[in-house]
Amino acid sequence: MSVAAAFFYLFAFVLVASAFMVISSRNPVQSVLFLILAFVNAAGLFILIGAEFLALILVVVYVGAVAVLFLFVVMMLDVDFVELRQGFLQYLPVGVVVGLIFLAELVLVVGAWVTGPGVSSAVKSSPGGIATESNVRAIAQVLYTDYIYFFQAAGFVLLVAMIGAIVLTLRHKVNVRRQNITAQVTRSSTIEVVKVRPGQGL
Amino acid sequence: MNWQDTLIQVLIILGQSLALLVALLIFIAFILLADRKIWAAVQLRRGPNVVGPFGLLQSFADLLKFVLKEPTIPSGANKAIFLLAPLVTCVLALAAWAVVPIAPGWVIADLNVGVLYIFAISSLGVYGIIMGGWASNSKYPFLAALRSAAQMVSYEVSIGFVIITVLMCAGSLNLSEIVEAQNGRFGFLGWYWLPLLPMFVIFFVSALAETNRPPFDLVEAESELVAGFMTEYGSTPYLLFMLGEYVAIMTMCAMGTILFLGGWLSPIPFAPFTWVPGLVWFVLKLCFMFFLFAMAKAMVPRYRYDQLMRLGWKVFLPISLVAVVVVAGVLHFTGTAPQ
Repeated sequence: MSVAAAFFYLFAFVLVASAFMVISSRNPVQSVLFLILAFVNAAGLFILIGAEFLALILVVVYVGAVAVLFLFVVMMLDVDFVELRQGFLQYLPVGVVVGLIFLAELVLVVGAWVTGPGVSSAVKSSPGGIATESNVRAIAQVLYTDYIYFFQAAGFVLLVAMIGAIVLTLRHKVNVRRQNITAQVTRSSTIEVVKVRPGQGL
Repeated sequence: MNWQDTLIQVLIILGQSLALLVALLIFIAFILLADRKIWAAVQLRRGPNVVGPFGLLQSFADLLKFVLKEPTIPSGANKAIFLLAPLVTCVLALAAWAVVPIAPGWVIADLNVGVLYIFAISSLGVYGIIMGGWASNSKYPFLAALRSAAQMVSYEVSIGFVIITVLMCAGSLNLSEIVEAQNGRFGFLGWYWLPLLPMFVIFFVSALAETNRPPFDLVEAESELVAGFMTEYGSTPYLLFMLGEYVAIMTMCAMGTILFLGGWLSPIPFAPFTWVPGLVWFVLKLCFMFFLFAMAKAMVPRYRYDQLMRLGWKVFLPISLVAVVVVAGVLHFTGTAPQ
Protein backbone atom coordinates (compact mmCIF):
# COMPACT_ATOMS: atom_id res chain seq x y z
CA MET A 1 0.00 0.00 0.00
CA SER A 2 1.43 3.34 -0.98
CA VAL A 3 1.88 6.25 1.42
CA ALA A 4 -0.87 8.27 -0.28
CA ALA A 5 -3.36 5.43 0.10
CA ALA A 6 -2.47 5.03 3.78
CA PHE A 7 -3.04 8.75 4.36
CA PHE A 8 -6.30 8.61 2.41
CA TYR A 9 -7.67 5.87 4.67
CA LEU A 10 -6.44 7.71 7.76
CA PHE A 11 -8.07 11.02 6.79
CA ALA A 12 -11.24 9.36 5.53
CA PHE A 13 -11.64 7.25 8.66
CA VAL A 14 -11.08 10.18 11.03
CA LEU A 15 -13.37 12.35 8.90
CA VAL A 16 -16.27 9.91 9.06
CA ALA A 17 -15.68 9.08 12.72
CA SER A 18 -15.56 12.74 13.76
CA ALA A 19 -18.62 13.54 11.62
CA PHE A 20 -20.43 10.79 13.52
CA MET A 21 -19.22 12.22 16.83
CA VAL A 22 -20.60 15.64 15.84
CA ILE A 23 -24.16 14.30 16.01
CA SER A 24 -23.68 11.77 18.80
CA SER A 25 -21.65 13.83 21.27
CA ARG A 26 -23.63 14.98 24.33
CA ASN A 27 -21.85 18.28 24.75
CA PRO A 28 -22.42 20.85 21.97
CA VAL A 29 -18.96 22.36 22.45
CA GLN A 30 -17.42 18.94 21.86
CA SER A 31 -19.66 18.60 18.79
CA VAL A 32 -18.23 21.80 17.34
CA LEU A 33 -14.68 20.66 18.11
CA PHE A 34 -15.35 17.39 16.29
CA LEU A 35 -16.79 19.40 13.40
CA ILE A 36 -13.49 21.29 13.24
CA LEU A 37 -11.61 17.99 13.22
CA ALA A 38 -13.82 16.87 10.32
CA PHE A 39 -13.04 20.08 8.39
CA VAL A 40 -9.31 19.66 8.89
CA ASN A 41 -9.43 16.06 7.70
CA ALA A 42 -11.43 17.08 4.64
CA ALA A 43 -8.65 19.59 3.93
CA GLY A 44 -6.19 16.69 4.18
CA LEU A 45 -8.18 14.78 1.56
CA PHE A 46 -8.12 17.83 -0.72
CA ILE A 47 -4.33 17.99 -0.42
CA LEU A 48 -4.05 14.30 -1.32
CA ILE A 49 -5.79 14.88 -4.66
CA GLY A 50 -3.57 17.88 -5.38
CA ALA A 51 -6.05 20.66 -4.62
CA GLU A 52 -3.91 22.47 -2.07
CA PHE A 53 -5.54 25.86 -2.69
CA LEU A 54 -9.03 24.53 -1.93
CA ALA A 55 -7.68 22.73 1.14
CA LEU A 56 -6.16 25.87 2.62
CA ILE A 57 -9.20 28.01 1.75
CA LEU A 58 -11.33 25.42 3.56
CA VAL A 59 -9.12 25.77 6.63
CA VAL A 60 -8.99 29.58 6.49
CA VAL A 61 -12.70 30.15 5.90
CA TYR A 62 -14.44 27.30 7.70
CA VAL A 63 -12.04 26.39 10.48
CA GLY A 64 -10.49 29.81 11.00
CA ALA A 65 -13.63 31.94 10.83
CA VAL A 66 -16.98 30.13 10.60
CA ALA A 67 -16.29 27.46 13.21
CA VAL A 68 -14.88 30.08 15.60
CA LEU A 69 -18.24 31.86 15.46
CA PHE A 70 -20.07 28.52 15.97
CA LEU A 71 -17.93 27.84 19.01
CA PHE A 72 -18.46 31.41 20.19
CA VAL A 73 -22.25 31.00 20.14
CA VAL A 74 -22.36 27.43 21.45
CA MET A 75 -20.10 28.22 24.41
CA MET A 76 -22.52 30.88 25.57
CA LEU A 77 -25.59 28.61 25.40
CA ASP A 78 -26.99 27.73 28.77
CA VAL A 79 -28.94 24.58 27.93
CA ASP A 80 -30.06 21.81 30.23
CA PHE A 81 -29.17 18.76 28.18
CA VAL A 82 -31.28 16.31 30.20
CA GLU A 83 -34.34 18.40 29.48
CA LEU A 84 -33.34 18.68 25.85
CA ARG A 85 -33.30 14.93 25.36
CA GLN A 86 -36.75 14.35 26.89
CA GLY A 87 -38.75 14.90 23.71
CA PHE A 88 -36.44 12.66 21.68
CA LEU A 89 -38.90 9.83 20.97
CA GLN A 90 -41.70 12.27 20.27
CA TYR A 91 -39.75 13.99 17.48
CA LEU A 92 -38.12 10.83 16.15
CA PRO A 93 -40.68 10.11 13.34
CA VAL A 94 -40.43 13.67 12.00
CA GLY A 95 -36.65 13.48 12.10
CA VAL A 96 -36.61 10.15 10.28
CA VAL A 97 -38.89 11.52 7.54
CA VAL A 98 -36.70 14.62 7.05
CA GLY A 99 -33.58 12.45 7.00
CA LEU A 100 -35.07 10.10 4.42
CA ILE A 101 -36.07 13.01 2.17
CA PHE A 102 -32.53 14.38 2.36
CA LEU A 103 -31.06 10.96 1.58
CA ALA A 104 -33.35 10.52 -1.43
CA GLU A 105 -32.46 13.96 -2.74
CA LEU A 106 -28.77 13.27 -2.32
CA VAL A 107 -29.08 10.01 -4.24
CA LEU A 108 -31.02 11.79 -7.00
CA VAL A 109 -28.42 14.55 -7.26
CA VAL A 110 -25.48 12.17 -7.38
CA GLY A 111 -27.28 9.91 -9.86
CA ALA A 112 -28.03 12.77 -12.26
CA TRP A 113 -24.59 14.40 -11.99
CA VAL A 114 -23.81 16.41 -15.12
CA THR A 115 -20.63 18.36 -15.74
CA GLY A 116 -21.25 21.78 -17.26
CA PRO A 117 -20.66 22.03 -21.02
CA GLY A 118 -17.93 24.65 -20.65
CA VAL A 119 -15.85 22.81 -18.05
CA SER A 120 -13.91 20.39 -20.19
CA SER A 121 -13.05 23.04 -22.79
CA ALA A 122 -12.05 25.48 -20.02
CA VAL A 123 -9.77 22.89 -18.47
CA LYS A 124 -8.18 22.16 -21.83
CA SER A 125 -7.86 25.81 -22.84
CA SER A 126 -5.69 26.72 -19.83
CA PRO A 127 -2.15 26.58 -21.19
CA GLY A 128 -0.30 23.56 -19.94
CA GLY A 129 -3.39 21.96 -18.42
CA ILE A 130 -4.29 21.52 -14.77
CA ALA A 131 -1.51 19.08 -13.98
CA THR A 132 1.44 21.36 -14.71
CA GLU A 133 -0.07 24.62 -13.56
CA SER A 134 -0.32 25.86 -10.02
CA ASN A 135 -3.75 25.48 -8.47
CA VAL A 136 -4.27 29.17 -7.84
CA ARG A 137 -3.55 30.17 -11.43
CA ALA A 138 -5.76 27.42 -12.87
CA ILE A 139 -8.73 28.29 -10.66
CA ALA A 140 -8.35 32.01 -11.29
CA GLN A 141 -8.18 31.48 -15.03
CA VAL A 142 -11.49 29.62 -15.09
CA LEU A 143 -13.21 31.67 -12.41
CA TYR A 144 -12.40 35.15 -13.73
CA THR A 145 -12.90 34.45 -17.42
CA ASP A 146 -15.59 31.86 -18.18
CA TYR A 147 -17.55 32.18 -14.94
CA ILE A 148 -17.06 35.86 -14.14
CA TYR A 149 -20.83 36.64 -14.17
CA PHE A 150 -21.63 33.76 -11.83
CA PHE A 151 -18.79 34.84 -9.61
CA GLN A 152 -20.07 38.42 -9.48
CA ALA A 153 -23.62 37.20 -8.89
CA ALA A 154 -22.43 35.13 -5.93
CA GLY A 155 -20.68 38.22 -4.60
CA PHE A 156 -23.89 40.25 -4.87
CA VAL A 157 -25.88 37.58 -3.04
CA LEU A 158 -23.38 37.72 -0.18
CA LEU A 159 -23.48 41.53 -0.19
CA VAL A 160 -27.28 41.51 0.04
CA ALA A 161 -27.11 39.02 2.92
CA MET A 162 -24.55 41.21 4.68
CA ILE A 163 -26.62 44.36 4.29
CA GLY A 164 -29.66 42.43 5.50
CA ALA A 165 -27.84 41.34 8.64
CA ILE A 166 -26.70 44.89 9.32
CA VAL A 167 -30.22 46.28 8.81
CA LEU A 168 -31.68 43.67 11.17
CA THR A 169 -29.34 44.61 14.00
CA LEU A 170 -29.22 48.36 13.43
CA ARG A 171 -30.74 50.31 16.32
CA HIS A 172 -30.80 54.06 16.50
CA LYS A 173 -30.57 54.97 20.17
CA VAL A 174 -31.11 58.46 21.40
CA ASN A 175 -29.17 59.84 24.35
CA VAL A 176 -26.09 57.77 23.59
CA ARG A 177 -22.87 59.70 24.07
CA ARG A 178 -20.32 58.47 21.60
CA GLN A 179 -16.60 58.96 21.69
CA ASN A 180 -15.31 61.24 18.95
CA ILE A 181 -11.73 60.04 18.65
CA THR A 182 -10.65 62.65 16.10
CA ALA A 183 -11.86 65.49 18.29
CA GLN A 184 -10.14 63.95 21.31
CA VAL A 185 -6.83 63.51 19.58
CA THR A 186 -6.77 66.94 17.96
CA ARG A 187 -7.66 68.93 21.08
CA SER A 188 -4.65 70.73 22.43
CA SER A 189 -5.70 72.42 25.66
CA THR A 190 -5.79 69.39 27.95
CA ILE A 191 -2.81 67.38 26.74
CA GLU A 192 0.77 68.42 27.16
CA VAL A 193 3.69 66.53 25.68
CA VAL A 194 6.63 66.57 28.07
CA LYS A 195 10.17 65.51 27.30
CA VAL A 196 11.24 63.37 30.24
CA ARG A 197 14.98 63.00 30.78
CA PRO A 198 16.09 59.43 31.63
CA GLY A 199 17.05 58.88 35.26
CA GLN A 200 15.69 62.21 36.44
CA GLY A 201 11.98 62.16 35.89
CA LEU A 202 9.86 65.28 35.86
CA MET B 1 11.37 4.66 -6.03
CA ASN B 2 11.96 1.73 -3.70
CA TRP B 3 11.29 1.71 0.01
CA GLN B 4 14.87 2.49 1.03
CA ASP B 5 14.77 5.81 -0.85
CA THR B 6 11.45 6.66 0.76
CA LEU B 7 12.85 5.82 4.18
CA ILE B 8 15.94 7.95 3.64
CA GLN B 9 13.80 10.89 2.49
CA VAL B 10 11.56 10.59 5.54
CA LEU B 11 14.63 10.47 7.79
CA ILE B 12 16.11 13.56 6.09
CA ILE B 13 12.87 15.51 6.60
CA LEU B 14 12.71 14.35 10.22
CA GLY B 15 16.31 15.50 10.79
CA GLN B 16 15.65 18.89 9.19
CA SER B 17 12.50 19.40 11.25
CA LEU B 18 14.32 18.46 14.44
CA ALA B 19 17.21 20.81 13.68
CA LEU B 20 14.82 23.69 12.94
CA LEU B 21 12.80 22.94 16.08
CA VAL B 22 15.84 22.90 18.38
CA ALA B 23 17.30 26.06 16.80
CA LEU B 24 13.93 27.83 17.05
CA LEU B 25 13.38 26.88 20.68
CA ILE B 26 16.86 28.00 21.75
CA PHE B 27 16.39 31.24 19.78
CA ILE B 28 13.07 31.81 21.53
CA ALA B 29 14.66 31.21 24.95
CA PHE B 30 16.94 34.19 24.29
CA ILE B 31 14.19 36.22 22.61
CA LEU B 32 12.13 35.84 25.78
CA LEU B 33 15.04 37.15 27.80
CA ALA B 34 15.53 40.00 25.32
CA ASP B 35 11.85 40.90 25.67
CA ARG B 36 12.18 41.20 29.45
CA LYS B 37 15.51 43.04 29.21
CA ILE B 38 14.19 45.60 26.71
CA TRP B 39 11.08 46.11 28.79
CA ALA B 40 13.22 46.59 31.88
CA ALA B 41 15.61 48.98 30.14
CA VAL B 42 12.74 51.22 29.01
CA GLN B 43 11.53 51.36 32.62
CA LEU B 44 15.09 51.96 33.94
CA ARG B 45 15.22 48.56 35.65
CA ARG B 46 17.87 45.87 35.28
CA GLY B 47 15.62 42.96 34.35
CA PRO B 48 16.62 39.35 35.01
CA ASN B 49 20.33 39.39 35.93
CA VAL B 50 20.90 36.58 38.41
CA VAL B 51 21.00 33.27 36.51
CA GLY B 52 24.19 33.10 34.44
CA PRO B 53 26.16 36.09 33.13
CA PHE B 54 23.77 39.06 32.53
CA GLY B 55 20.91 36.67 33.32
CA LEU B 56 21.46 34.87 30.01
CA LEU B 57 20.29 31.53 31.39
CA GLN B 58 17.11 32.91 32.96
CA SER B 59 14.82 31.25 30.38
CA PHE B 60 16.37 27.84 31.03
CA ALA B 61 15.89 28.27 34.77
CA ASP B 62 12.25 29.17 34.09
CA LEU B 63 11.90 26.07 31.93
CA LEU B 64 13.16 23.86 34.76
CA LYS B 65 10.84 25.57 37.23
CA PHE B 66 7.75 25.04 35.06
CA VAL B 67 8.55 21.43 34.22
CA LEU B 68 9.26 20.44 37.83
CA LYS B 69 6.08 22.00 39.22
CA GLU B 70 2.98 19.91 39.82
CA PRO B 71 0.27 20.40 37.20
CA THR B 72 -3.11 21.10 38.72
CA ILE B 73 -6.45 20.60 37.01
CA PRO B 74 -9.52 22.35 38.47
CA SER B 75 -12.18 19.85 39.55
CA GLY B 76 -14.90 21.57 37.50
CA ALA B 77 -12.80 21.65 34.33
CA ASN B 78 -13.40 19.59 31.22
CA LYS B 79 -10.22 17.58 31.63
CA ALA B 80 -9.58 16.47 28.04
CA ILE B 81 -10.11 19.89 26.45
CA PHE B 82 -8.30 21.61 29.35
CA LEU B 83 -5.13 19.63 28.59
CA LEU B 84 -5.64 19.70 24.81
CA ALA B 85 -5.74 23.51 24.62
CA PRO B 86 -2.07 24.26 25.43
CA LEU B 87 -0.97 21.43 23.14
CA VAL B 88 -3.05 22.86 20.28
CA THR B 89 -1.58 26.33 20.82
CA CYS B 90 2.00 25.07 20.87
CA VAL B 91 1.81 22.52 18.05
CA LEU B 92 -0.02 24.86 15.66
CA ALA B 93 2.45 27.66 16.33
CA LEU B 94 5.40 25.38 15.63
CA ALA B 95 3.75 23.85 12.52
CA ALA B 96 3.76 27.23 10.77
CA TRP B 97 7.57 27.17 10.64
CA ALA B 98 7.54 24.25 8.19
CA VAL B 99 7.20 26.64 5.24
CA VAL B 100 9.35 29.57 6.41
CA PRO B 101 12.42 29.95 4.16
CA ILE B 102 15.30 31.05 6.38
CA ALA B 103 17.93 31.13 3.60
CA PRO B 104 17.92 30.37 -0.16
CA GLY B 105 16.65 26.78 -0.40
CA TRP B 106 16.60 26.34 3.39
CA VAL B 107 12.98 25.43 3.88
CA ILE B 108 11.43 22.15 5.02
CA ALA B 109 8.37 22.28 2.73
CA ASP B 110 8.61 24.64 -0.25
CA LEU B 111 4.84 24.89 -0.73
CA ASN B 112 3.34 26.74 -3.69
CA VAL B 113 0.77 28.20 -1.33
CA GLY B 114 3.13 28.93 1.57
CA VAL B 115 1.55 32.29 2.42
CA LEU B 116 -1.90 30.73 2.63
CA TYR B 117 -0.52 27.91 4.79
CA ILE B 118 0.91 30.32 7.37
CA PHE B 119 -2.26 32.41 7.24
CA ALA B 120 -4.40 29.31 7.80
CA ILE B 121 -2.26 27.95 10.63
CA SER B 122 -2.05 31.28 12.43
CA SER B 123 -5.81 31.69 12.16
CA LEU B 124 -6.18 28.40 14.03
CA GLY B 125 -4.20 29.78 16.98
CA VAL B 126 -7.41 31.18 18.42
CA TYR B 127 -8.66 27.66 19.18
CA GLY B 128 -6.09 27.07 21.91
CA ILE B 129 -7.31 30.20 23.68
CA ILE B 130 -11.03 29.50 23.24
CA MET B 131 -10.67 25.86 24.32
CA GLY B 132 -8.54 26.77 27.33
CA GLY B 133 -10.88 29.56 28.36
CA TRP B 134 -13.99 27.43 28.07
CA ALA B 135 -12.60 24.22 29.57
CA SER B 136 -11.31 26.01 32.69
CA ASN B 137 -14.96 26.42 33.77
CA SER B 138 -14.16 29.73 35.41
CA LYS B 139 -15.44 33.22 34.71
CA TYR B 140 -12.26 35.18 33.94
CA PRO B 141 -10.84 32.64 31.48
CA PHE B 142 -14.22 32.46 29.76
CA LEU B 143 -14.43 36.23 29.32
CA ALA B 144 -10.89 36.21 27.98
CA ALA B 145 -11.79 33.49 25.47
CA LEU B 146 -14.74 35.53 24.19
CA ARG B 147 -12.59 38.62 23.85
CA SER B 148 -9.83 36.83 22.02
CA ALA B 149 -12.21 35.11 19.60
CA ALA B 150 -13.58 38.48 18.51
CA GLN B 151 -10.18 40.18 18.48
CA MET B 152 -8.27 37.60 16.47
CA VAL B 153 -11.01 37.11 13.88
CA SER B 154 -11.24 40.89 13.35
CA TYR B 155 -7.54 41.48 12.76
CA GLU B 156 -7.11 38.41 10.57
CA VAL B 157 -9.27 40.13 7.95
CA SER B 158 -6.99 43.14 7.57
CA ILE B 159 -3.85 40.94 7.66
CA GLY B 160 -5.40 38.97 4.79
CA PHE B 161 -5.86 42.08 2.66
CA VAL B 162 -2.36 43.33 3.44
CA ILE B 163 -0.97 39.97 2.32
CA ILE B 164 -2.99 40.24 -0.90
CA THR B 165 -1.31 43.55 -1.80
CA VAL B 166 2.12 41.93 -1.37
CA LEU B 167 1.03 38.91 -3.41
CA MET B 168 -0.06 41.14 -6.26
CA CYS B 169 3.35 42.84 -6.32
CA ALA B 170 5.27 39.56 -6.09
CA GLY B 171 3.01 37.48 -8.34
CA SER B 172 3.39 34.31 -6.29
CA LEU B 173 2.14 32.63 -3.13
CA ASN B 174 5.45 30.87 -2.62
CA LEU B 175 7.41 32.50 0.20
CA SER B 176 10.81 31.93 -1.45
CA GLU B 177 9.58 33.50 -4.69
CA ILE B 178 8.18 36.48 -2.77
CA VAL B 179 11.66 37.07 -1.33
CA GLU B 180 13.28 36.67 -4.75
CA ALA B 181 10.78 39.14 -6.24
CA GLN B 182 12.19 41.82 -3.90
CA ASN B 183 15.73 41.20 -5.12
CA GLY B 184 16.68 44.23 -7.19
CA ARG B 185 19.31 46.88 -7.84
CA PHE B 186 18.21 49.18 -5.05
CA GLY B 187 18.81 46.82 -2.13
CA PHE B 188 16.70 47.58 0.90
CA LEU B 189 15.00 50.50 -0.88
CA GLY B 190 13.44 48.03 -3.31
CA TRP B 191 11.91 45.83 -0.64
CA TYR B 192 8.16 46.08 -0.23
CA TRP B 193 8.25 48.01 3.05
CA LEU B 194 8.89 51.25 1.15
CA PRO B 195 6.41 51.09 -1.77
CA LEU B 196 3.82 49.48 0.51
CA LEU B 197 4.68 51.47 3.66
CA PRO B 198 1.07 51.98 4.88
CA MET B 199 0.50 48.25 4.44
CA PHE B 200 3.62 47.48 6.47
CA VAL B 201 2.33 49.64 9.33
CA ILE B 202 -1.09 47.98 9.20
CA PHE B 203 0.56 44.56 9.09
CA PHE B 204 2.70 45.35 12.12
CA VAL B 205 -0.20 46.64 14.23
CA SER B 206 -2.45 43.77 13.14
CA ALA B 207 0.32 41.30 13.98
CA LEU B 208 0.47 42.77 17.49
CA ALA B 209 -3.29 42.27 17.81
CA GLU B 210 -3.23 38.82 16.24
CA THR B 211 -0.60 37.54 18.69
CA ASN B 212 -2.25 39.22 21.69
CA ARG B 213 0.81 41.33 22.35
CA PRO B 214 0.58 44.62 24.24
CA PRO B 215 -0.99 47.13 23.56
CA PHE B 216 -3.66 44.65 22.44
CA ASP B 217 -3.23 42.07 25.22
CA LEU B 218 -6.84 42.38 26.36
CA VAL B 219 -6.98 38.60 26.44
CA GLU B 220 -4.73 38.57 29.49
CA ALA B 221 -5.29 42.08 30.80
CA GLU B 222 -4.24 41.50 34.40
CA SER B 223 -6.06 44.50 35.80
CA GLU B 224 -9.38 43.22 34.45
CA LEU B 225 -9.14 39.47 33.94
CA VAL B 226 -6.49 38.20 36.41
CA ALA B 227 -4.40 36.26 33.85
CA GLY B 228 -7.06 35.82 31.19
CA PHE B 229 -7.47 32.38 29.68
CA MET B 230 -4.34 31.17 31.53
CA THR B 231 -5.75 31.87 35.01
CA GLU B 232 -6.36 28.21 35.89
CA TYR B 233 -3.17 26.93 34.28
CA GLY B 234 0.15 26.21 35.93
CA SER B 235 3.40 24.30 35.38
CA THR B 236 3.89 22.56 32.01
CA PRO B 237 0.51 23.45 30.39
CA TYR B 238 1.17 27.11 31.20
CA LEU B 239 4.67 26.76 29.78
CA LEU B 240 3.18 25.39 26.54
CA PHE B 241 0.83 28.38 26.29
CA MET B 242 3.71 30.81 26.79
CA LEU B 243 5.88 28.94 24.31
CA GLY B 244 3.08 28.84 21.72
CA GLU B 245 2.53 32.57 22.16
CA TYR B 246 6.20 33.41 21.59
CA VAL B 247 6.51 31.01 18.64
CA ALA B 248 3.45 32.72 17.09
CA ILE B 249 5.14 36.10 17.65
CA MET B 250 8.28 34.83 15.91
CA THR B 251 6.12 33.53 13.04
CA MET B 252 4.60 36.97 12.63
CA CYS B 253 8.11 38.52 12.73
CA ALA B 254 9.20 36.03 10.06
CA MET B 255 6.14 36.90 7.96
CA GLY B 256 6.97 40.60 8.22
CA THR B 257 10.59 39.86 7.32
CA ILE B 258 9.66 37.80 4.27
CA LEU B 259 6.81 39.94 2.96
CA PHE B 260 8.26 43.41 3.60
CA LEU B 261 11.94 43.24 4.56
CA GLY B 262 13.31 41.00 1.83
CA GLY B 263 13.79 37.79 3.83
CA TRP B 264 17.39 36.57 3.52
CA LEU B 265 18.46 39.30 1.04
CA SER B 266 21.34 41.59 1.87
CA PRO B 267 20.20 45.20 2.45
CA ILE B 268 23.04 46.58 0.31
CA PRO B 269 23.30 44.59 -2.91
CA PHE B 270 27.07 44.55 -3.59
CA ALA B 271 30.20 42.67 -2.72
CA PRO B 272 31.18 42.64 0.96
CA PHE B 273 27.57 42.55 2.11
CA THR B 274 26.42 39.82 -0.27
CA TRP B 275 29.14 37.50 1.08
CA VAL B 276 27.34 37.35 4.42
CA PRO B 277 25.18 34.20 4.49
CA GLY B 278 21.44 34.76 3.99
CA LEU B 279 20.70 33.12 7.33
CA VAL B 280 22.52 35.92 9.17
CA TRP B 281 20.49 38.64 7.44
CA PHE B 282 17.29 36.71 8.11
CA VAL B 283 18.02 36.37 11.83
CA LEU B 284 19.06 40.03 12.08
CA LYS B 285 15.81 41.13 10.44
CA LEU B 286 13.88 38.79 12.73
CA CYS B 287 15.56 40.42 15.73
CA PHE B 288 14.74 43.88 14.35
CA MET B 289 11.07 42.97 13.96
CA PHE B 290 11.01 41.55 17.48
CA PHE B 291 12.66 44.69 18.82
CA LEU B 292 9.72 46.65 17.38
CA PHE B 293 7.32 44.24 19.10
CA ALA B 294 9.16 44.61 22.40
CA MET B 295 9.31 48.42 22.21
CA ALA B 296 5.57 48.55 21.45
CA LYS B 297 5.00 46.48 24.59
CA ALA B 298 7.17 48.77 26.69
CA MET B 299 5.94 52.12 25.43
CA VAL B 300 2.25 51.93 24.48
CA PRO B 301 -0.59 51.78 27.02
CA ARG B 302 -3.22 49.07 26.63
CA TYR B 303 -6.16 49.74 24.31
CA ARG B 304 -9.72 49.76 25.53
CA TYR B 305 -11.82 46.98 24.04
CA ASP B 306 -14.22 49.15 22.02
CA GLN B 307 -11.28 51.16 20.64
CA LEU B 308 -9.61 47.91 19.58
CA MET B 309 -12.70 46.84 17.64
CA ARG B 310 -13.07 50.30 16.11
CA LEU B 311 -9.46 50.28 14.94
CA GLY B 312 -9.82 46.83 13.36
CA TRP B 313 -13.15 47.21 11.59
CA LYS B 314 -13.51 50.94 10.94
CA VAL B 315 -9.92 51.97 10.23
CA PHE B 316 -7.76 49.06 9.09
CA LEU B 317 -10.36 47.14 7.09
CA PRO B 318 -11.44 50.07 4.84
CA ILE B 319 -7.84 51.25 4.37
CA SER B 320 -6.58 47.82 3.41
CA LEU B 321 -9.58 47.22 1.12
CA VAL B 322 -8.91 50.47 -0.72
CA ALA B 323 -5.20 49.64 -0.83
CA VAL B 324 -5.93 46.35 -2.63
CA VAL B 325 -7.83 48.26 -5.32
CA VAL B 326 -5.19 51.01 -5.58
CA VAL B 327 -2.24 48.61 -5.76
CA ALA B 328 -4.00 46.46 -8.36
CA GLY B 329 -4.84 49.58 -10.42
CA VAL B 330 -1.31 50.95 -10.26
CA LEU B 331 0.22 47.60 -11.19
CA HIS B 332 -2.20 47.17 -14.08
CA PHE B 333 -1.99 50.64 -15.59
CA THR B 334 1.75 51.09 -15.23
CA GLY B 335 2.31 47.65 -16.71
CA THR B 336 4.50 46.59 -13.78
CA ALA B 337 2.29 43.67 -12.78
CA PRO B 338 4.25 40.38 -12.66
CA GLN B 339 3.35 37.95 -15.42
